Amino acid sequence: MYSRRQFLRTTTGSLVMVGGAAWAGSVAFGASPAVDLGPKGLPSGTLESALLEALPGKAPLIKRSYRPPNFETPFSYFDNVITPNDVFFVRYHVANIPQVSAQDWRLSIGGEAVDKPFQLTFDQLKRDFDPVEITAVNQCSGNRRGLSDPHVAGVQWGYGAMGNAKWKGVRVRDILNKAGVKKEALEIVVDGADSAVLPGTPDFVKSVPIWKALDENSLIAYEMNGAPLPHWNGFPARLVLPGWTGTYWMKHVVSLNVVSQPFAGFWMKSAYRVPKGKFPLVDRFLSQETDANTPITEMVVNSLITNLRDGQRFAAGRVVTVQGISWDGGYGIRTVDVSVDEGKSWRPSELGADFGRFSFRQWRHVFTPERKGRYVVMAKAINRLGATQTFEYIFNPAGYHHNVVHRVGIEVA
Amino acid sequence: MKKILLACALACAPALADESKITLKNAPAKDLVAASCGLCHSLDYIPMNSVFLDRKGWEASVNKMIKVMGAPIKDDEAPKIVDYLASQYGK
Repeated sequence: MYSRRQFLRTTTGSLVMVGGAAWAGSVAFGASPAVDLGPKGLPSGTLESALLEALPGKAPLIKRSYRPPNFETPFSYFDNVITPNDVFFVRYHVANIPQVSAQDWRLSIGGEAVDKPFQLTFDQLKRDFDPVEITAVNQCSGNRRGLSDPHVAGVQWGYGAMGNAKWKGVRVRDILNKAGVKKEALEIVVDGADSAVLPGTPDFVKSVPIWKALDENSLIAYEMNGAPLPHWNGFPARLVLPGWTGTYWMKHVVSLNVVSQPFAGFWMKSAYRVPKGKFPLVDRFLSQETDANTPITEMVVNSLITNLRDGQRFAAGRVVTVQGISWDGGYGIRTVDVSVDEGKSWRPSELGADFGRFSFRQWRHVFTPERKGRYVVMAKAINRLGATQTFEYIFNPAGYHHNVVHRVGIEVA
Repeated sequence: MKKILLACALACAPALADESKITLKNAPAKDLVAASCGLCHSLDYIPMNSVFLDRKGWEASVNKMIKVMGAPIKDDEAPKIVDYLASQYGK
């Protein structure tokens, strides 16, 4: 039987150097990309109880909890713009997760605000509607909750409860229009095949404002990066709501009910809420707002430095490349500014290929450190609305929307 | 309770085998905690959420599990569970 340390040692090899980065790497000396179970700042018990483990059909990921399974993508994979399916993070709320077969799967479209309820088979879904492919970030609302200061209860995610994939599917609006959406339609209620262990536990059901459901970018996706969805990411089909946090991206989706009243389930009324007015966001879910708080909607502007590690060593007088990713709630990244002097001065980086406004956007910056010593590198994204990241966490009770500027300290010798 | 445990034994069958590797600290009420919390979720949720919750924080978590999530924890069991969590995994 392995101890945790032995387990880490034996599985390290598969994690280091993932695929080819979009740009050539820097010259690094003595860099030792240690297996990363999460950044400094996570609770001590979080780091002690984490380990690398592979769910069936997946590569080793950072285990946060076994049941329901919550597994995080190790940091090194974010040095690529697309997150491969086998390392894409896994997040469930309830623990009964059936293996759904494409043959038996049905999607029921109904609710009081449609004219003609109907059911779709998997073949009909693929055959009867025009396919669309969108590259989009799927990020858990609570990504980086483990860095909340003070810490709050919940899954203590580091940086990796997110991924960027090419989602292929059909527009939700094409499906709903076939059922005939009545003018009083207010929200669609979305359920998946997973269920809770006890009958008294609220099933994980979400609702989405009808305007967002009818957006041309909202999909029922059946492919991810050119392959069927992995089981743990929602096979055979899931909701994809580009720009909005992952809580709405229902996996193993089985029903879409169009309703004329606000849906009152626990996962809407009590969970996934943020204080009103605390975050500079555009999209609002008005039918679910209260005086005090509002459902989380779009993602905040964010970025990471993905090719440098704290303490990594470089040679004075040699070029250092800093690269990373940036993303937001779907407005598109305007620029990513980089500082190599701990925020005293900033320079715009060079943006990488554009995979659309919902995708990770890579960036890079090169500089030549002449002085020996420590350099604190920071990156700050700004989107096309002018929104940017924060230097201090905007505390909120559930630990959402962490977009504190990422900083990495390197040594030049 | 027996019925519930049986239901779990069937429903939780797909749970991952490695879950058994999780060990909670030895202290009074450990078995009660393992049985009550482990009914619906793996026990790693406890160390993962440490060390930062105080007694009030653990009490709030246990109350949420009972009142919102429907955990079948008896009135006289809840304080024992809170005591264990606060003393072993609390700040």
